[in-house]
Amino acid sequence: MKTTPQQHLSQEERRLVGYEAENYVDENYAGHSYAKEVMLTLLSNKGAAIGLVCILIIIAFAIFAPMTSAYTYREVHSEITNLPMRIPGIEQLNILDGTRKGVDLYESKGIKDEYHYFGTDSLGRDIWTRVWVGTRISLLIALLAVLLDVVFGVTYGMISGYFGGKVDFIMQRFVEILTSIPNLIIMMLLLLVLEPGIPTICLALSITGWVNMSRIVRAQVLKIKNEEYVLASRTLGAPALRILFKDILPNALGQIIITFMLSVPSAIFFEAFLAFIGLGVPIPMASLGTLINDGYKSALLYPSQVLLPAAVLSILMLSFNLLGDGLRDAIDPQMRTM
Amino acid sequence: MKKYILKRLLTAVVTIFVVVLLLFSLMEILPGSPFNNPELTPEQRANIEAKYGLNQPFLSRYFTYIGNMLHGDFGVSYNIQQNLPISNLLAKRFPVTIYIGLMAIVLGMVLGLVLGIIAGFNHNGIMDTVSSAISILGISLPAFVFALLLAYFVGFQWKLLPFLYNAKTPFASAILPALTLAVSPMASVARYTRSEIIDVLNQNYITLAKTKGVTKFALVIKHVLRNVLTGVITVIGPSIVNVLTGSLVVEKAFSVPGIGGLLITAIQENDYNVTFSLSFIYCALYIIVMLIVDILYGLIDPRIRVAKGE
Repeated sequence: MKTTPQQHLSQEERRLVGYEAENYVDENYAGHSYAKEVMLTLLSNKGAAIGLVCILIIIAFAIFAPMTSAYTYREVHSEITNLPMRIPGIEQLNILDGTRKGVDLYESKGIKDEYHYFGTDSLGRDIWTRVWVGTRISLLIALLAVLLDVVFGVTYGMISGYFGGKVDFIMQRFVEILTSIPNLIIMMLLLLVLEPGIPTICLALSITGWVNMSRIVRAQVLKIKNEEYVLASRTLGAPALRILFKDILPNALGQIIITFMLSVPSAIFFEAFLAFIGLGVPIPMASLGTLINDGYKSALLYPSQVLLPAAVLSILMLSFNLLGDGLRDAIDPQMRTM
Repeated sequence: MKKYILKRLLTAVVTIFVVVLLLFSLMEILPGSPFNNPELTPEQRANIEAKYGLNQPFLSRYFTYIGNMLHGDFGVSYNIQQNLPISNLLAKRFPVTIYIGLMAIVLGMVLGLVLGIIAGFNHNGIMDTVSSAISILGISLPAFVFALLLAYFVGFQWKLLPFLYNAKTPFASAILPALTLAVSPMASVARYTRSEIIDVLNQNYITLAKTKGVTKFALVIKHVLRNVLTGVITVIGPSIVNVLTGSLVVEKAFSVPGIGGLLITAIQENDYNVTFSLSFIYCALYIIVMLIVDILYGLIDPRIRVAKGE
């Protein structure tokens, strides 16, 4: 039996000099999961990170501010209408101290120890509470509407894209007709037929909103259904439902998330738009849109009543857009435009 | 090309008919009639319904409606001004809306192109950041926020321009509404132009043109902008639509006597006939604009004709 030189060497002797690979972890190419990769890219994008933080802050206020406030959004006080803003702490600086044109309105109404951070509206309701309750309702409506979009749009897009042929042709003509009517007109008419309320507003928003989602999903399905792994699945006898949900849907998820994120601000916007033309949630409920609509009437006398909800609305929409753009760049770098 | 235009025209006509059918059916199922005064006896109500032709079967009313509409007769208003023909209501308001809308589109395009060109040629420079910030704001913020800010500061505080529409000074009164409406097209055009310029500047034919010694001016005008502008038309279509729907809010905000403001009044006063006539006009305008944009785009860019099946 021939002996190789190595067999004469002990374990210690066989070690390569200067070789340190065993205790070295290559950090540069460390395998992140896809989700972590996306998160890292997203957070390194300044705009998206700021957007995310703003959204979280606004959500926190929407949840906790009405709970901790001393007032409810609906109590009417006819004796303390249109009070100016008064915030403890800041009032020491002689701004936001409850005075208008040098007159301390809080003192003249005999409520020196009350603080309405954002003032009160024409019915004496606390605007601070109403703004955050309104944010809550606006967000709720937007999220529900976009969830409806996802459910309906994804189903429609998958069926249309996967089955193709006549089914696709008919379904796409329907979409074509629906998209050639301005969204706002459909929503308005629908809300005329159904009285405005939270469920009906969600419905009105998603009755036009799902189209966009379905188009994106259809395009994705058309692309993915010719991939080899789908062919493999089909050859193995997988039924259409399994292929759609196990092979195609997970691969289209990135696009669905991007569309979801970019649909939220547009839903918030349309809700506000509808409220602005008088088709908002019924009183005494408030959404950002109805608050802006109410404040608009006295915008020149008491600008803070409209500017505050408008500011929250603007920051919210801007943040969602920034986050959506960032998410798109992170999930699908090829789609980067700006 | 003829085939493409014909096909596109046919789709538009079919869509208009479907839209009218949809609107008409919606009008059917609306709760309450405009004559829901409880003091009316059944006979009186039947008389009124006969007078307005509301007792005819659905399809016959549908065709009468379309027939009348083709003659420019949209019926009469029920609540806003009783028995006033809607065409009379429209006659004065329509030009105002169109005037402000056109002004907004021109303003938006010019400003958007300028912003986009500045940003595109200074890729990653300060001007690029500024113009990107302006366009993301313009895309994100709703029109009434701009309306509010412009009306409050320019109109009320600084008293530069009227913040409520005044029929005596149509031009000055139109500036603020048009500016508000122009924000959205400006932002989309700027965004699009910028990314398109950056894209075109990296193309080989630009390098070739530079190598040939084409002057900078000729390079920008002939080689870059020509290729960029064809694409801008695609953005203009949706922008015009935004201007159309935006006119609803802006006309309310600035008290402009246009059809958008009229539509809102009609909704609030439950004047269904006016609501539906105006909805139809909005839909028809939308369909016509999309038709023109598609045909224009097909004329300019042959690739689209191929893609859309000629």
